[in-house]
Amino acid sequence: MSSPPELLHRALGLTDDEFRDIQQVLGRDPNQLELALYGVMWSEHCSYKSSRIHLRRLPTEAPHVLVGPGENAGVIDAGDGIAVAIRIESHNHPSAIEPYQGAATGVGGILRDVFTMGARPLAVMDPLFFGELTDARQRWLVEGVVAGISGYGNSVGVPTIGGELTFDDCYSSNPLVNVLCAGALPTERLVLGVASGVGNLAVLLGSSTGRDGIGGVSVLASAGFAGNDGAASVDDAKRPSVQVGDPYEEKRLIEACLALLDGGYVVGIQDLGGAGIVCATSETAARGGVGMDVDVTAIPLREMGMQPYEIMTSESQERMLAIITPENWDAVGALCAKWEVRASIVGHVVDPVEGAHGQPVGMLRIRNGFDGEVLAEVPAKSLADEAPLYDRRRTRPANFDTVRADDPTYDERVGSPNDDLLGLLVDPAWVYRQYDSQLFLNTVVGPGRDAALLRLAGPGLPYSQRGIAISTDSNPRWCALDPRIGTALTVAESVANLACVGATAKAVVNCLNFGNPEHPEVMWQLSEAIDGMAEACIGLELPVIGGNVSLYNESGGNDIDPTPVVGLLGVLESLVAPPPGWDWQEGNAIVLVGQRSAVGDEPFPLSGTRWATRRGRRGGRMPGFDPRSLKSTFDFVAREIANICAGGVSDITAVHDVGGGGLGGALAEMASATGLGAHVAALQGHRELFSEFPGRFVMATNDVQALSERAALAHVAIDVLGSVTGDRLCIDGLVDLDVSEIVSRREGALVEALNLTV
Amino acid sequence: MTRIGVVVFPGSNCEYDVLAGVSQLGATAELVWHSQTDFNGFDGIILPGGFAHGDYLRPGALARFSPVMDAVARFAADGGPVLGICNGFQILTEAGLLPGALQKNRGLTFLCQPTTLTVTSTDSVLTHHAALGQELVIPINHFSGAYTCDDETLRSLEEHRQIVLRYLDNPNGSRDDIAAIANIAGNVVGLMPHPERAMSNLLGSADGRILLEGFVASNVLVA
Repeated sequence: MSSPPELLHRALGLTDDEFRDIQQVLGRDPNQLELALYGVMWSEHCSYKSSRIHLRRLPTEAPHVLVGPGENAGVIDAGDGIAVAIRIESHNHPSAIEPYQGAATGVGGILRDVFTMGARPLAVMDPLFFGELTDARQRWLVEGVVAGISGYGNSVGVPTIGGELTFDDCYSSNPLVNVLCAGALPTERLVLGVASGVGNLAVLLGSSTGRDGIGGVSVLASAGFAGNDGAASVDDAKRPSVQVGDPYEEKRLIEACLALLDGGYVVGIQDLGGAGIVCATSETAARGGVGMDVDVTAIPLREMGMQPYEIMTSESQERMLAIITPENWDAVGALCAKWEVRASIVGHVVDPVEGAHGQPVGMLRIRNGFDGEVLAEVPAKSLADEAPLYDRRRTRPANFDTVRADDPTYDERVGSPNDDLLGLLVDPAWVYRQYDSQLFLNTVVGPGRDAALLRLAGPGLPYSQRGIAISTDSNPRWCALDPRIGTALTVAESVANLACVGATAKAVVNCLNFGNPEHPEVMWQLSEAIDGMAEACIGLELPVIGGNVSLYNESGGNDIDPTPVVGLLGVLESLVAPPPGWDWQEGNAIVLVGQRSAVGDEPFPLSGTRWATRRGRRGGRMPGFDPRSLKSTFDFVAREIANICAGGVSDITAVHDVGGGGLGGALAEMASATGLGAHVAALQGHRELFSEFPGRFVMATNDVQALSERAALAHVAIDVLGSVTGDRLCIDGLVDLDVSEIVSRREGALVEALNLTV
Repeated sequence: MTRIGVVVFPGSNCEYDVLAGVSQLGATAELVWHSQTDFNGFDGIILPGGFAHGDYLRPGALARFSPVMDAVARFAADGGPVLGICNGFQILTEAGLLPGALQKNRGLTFLCQPTTLTVTSTDSVLTHHAALGQELVIPINHFSGAYTCDDETLRSLEEHRQIVLRYLDNPNGSRDDIAAIANIAGNVVGLMPHPERAMSNLLGSADGRILLEGFVASNVLVA
């Protein structure tokens, strides 16, 4: 911190304009410590300064929403006195540099966001995106990230119940590691990250503070990788900005915090994540409209000689800030001692001061001892809420029309559908076998199926027969072609996945992974994607209750494909029997439920499909989006499956959403689940076999007449495709494969690509 | 009514699941903090799964020094039924209450998956309700679950019918497919699979019931 402030601000990631804004707010030059506080709090990662203006267009309200965007996690009322909190975040850049710790601390951070709300974390999901596995570095990244999630998530005691695994060259220099967490709480225990009550104490819980992760949000998360080889060349320079996780500390912190909340000792609570103590103290004070005095010498340190700016901005993991009344200090201390969690009084809630126009202004004061010198004094709101808001320039990519015109749907057929189908199948079991997916005895449908389905139960919750379902979905192939329609269809795909386990979708969280917002094409993609999400959420009647925006996913000037990830939470009113899953039975009729062909002039587009991408064909047009027809199909399927989960009698024996790999992929996966083959009458050629638009389900039934009648009543289209029979998958004129070959190719694909022997 | 103590170390995480499983069987189950030093009034003790004290050194290596472990040893020496599940099994071997050790899985990754077990001895508080040769589907969930011991110990285990469950399709490289062992008296049992995760068909299997039912009823057996 020796360079003069006018140059220092650039080193801290602040622009010259932002520096002038800070001078304006303070009415003077900031000192070095103050500048460091603004540097982290006004970073893209913390302030959403490029995306806020667009995020406003998302629908956020519904009667069952208890907490919408802007808090640590979104919360819905799931019924029976139970609320469910859910949040998704990215930990992309840390994982690119140090995959094990990057992924591990991503899990740790998202758990804290959820138990901050008073909820016990009950489930984690991890959408992961890497480059193609032909590259040794990608294999190292995959193994490291999966081991990090496994190592942290399993020992902290939260089941990992699903996720996604996507390989594409656009991620080879900038992998994406997103983490979703859902938790549940008795509705009346809901707490918010608010500091209130002048004289109350700010208590720092958990780990000591070290130099790990300083500038993580600004240096690491809010800038791209410069080299063409992505993280590989900047390893050494940026590695100190990656935090190190301690799941054992986190486990004790969870138990201690939930016990503090149960005891009613806490006025407000906030996790320490990006931007560390400055973020937690300024956000809680800003929400409460109060000031806070923080004694920098009261913060337990794990390293000698740390400067105040390092202490205030460190991203050391496994820390929480609790606001308590002074009379509860003894009880808090005793509970923390039981769980071997360190608790230190580091701040006091203080009265706001009078601003220039007589308005109350809550000041964040950093002091050297509670009665000592004031090292920094800035309005808490200016850090937490008043970062600049940018409406960055947006431009449709110059090649947009050329790419659209280059449509693989009309390619001459190359090779055999047999081989094409086998090449698309990947069983992610190698990944999810490494995750504890069963803890808490809630997991009815675990990883590797359409959506995860859990009993709505957990320690301390009132009894309920309900279930919750969660799915994470993304489709960068679609979004690269058309970010608006691609995102809308991704939301639809997610609702379809939930319908397969009988759940009605209730709320969306999103993680918007994009490239450099200073590239007008990226801003256009982001804006279009948000419009697409808004359109889908309005059409399908879904509120968005939280999200995360991860920008600067670029390397050497190359941005990743737009990758909005949708996390969808649904509820099932009665869960006493498992949903049918993929296990069809000999002799069943196989039917396609939903509109058989896509919206638009091309019934079976191949643009954006796995089939086309594998051939290096990345152009074409996306089909249209018709929420009304989709919704009636989704509602029908969800209702049919919910009846089975409630213990009802049904002719439906299996259901699977038509997703990646198209109808061919869905049929092959159902065959491999049971070893039973099928005979399917002629489809519309390889286009119908591999086309991927959502809104179609493969069902197996032992009474096709009854199912057709119910579908007709619901105005849902239904087509008989064939029947379950034998041990070969035969699709007339297209596919003829031994099911055992499908199983071995599918199960072996990932392990072989990773060069592993299991 | 049978009263079962479920020991909680900082870092344990299956304690609530075990509590739920045992309670379903008509027993009362209570969490017992690791600083407790006696088990007066308890009919059985379960050490649940998890990562006691973080398990950074070696699974169970620190937990064996928790104050509660002297009480567990006394309870076991008096013939009381003691069950270690997963991390609990690791702790029992570290504490010397069961022979052998659990090392890292053969594939060097964590494994969470269903396994099929064969009941190979019914002379234990865990397996006395099951039939010899019975197959049970129960999930495993561990990184260090490969049972190992020296030749002499293995001979002794076989001789005293202490190998109570074996894997049908060994997932982790355990010596002699061992999934569960008992002490010579049969009142102390450790197993890597999680019977409390197999208590209901809604969750995939109810085959764990016969084991925990046996354990809960075993105070009658040893008394």
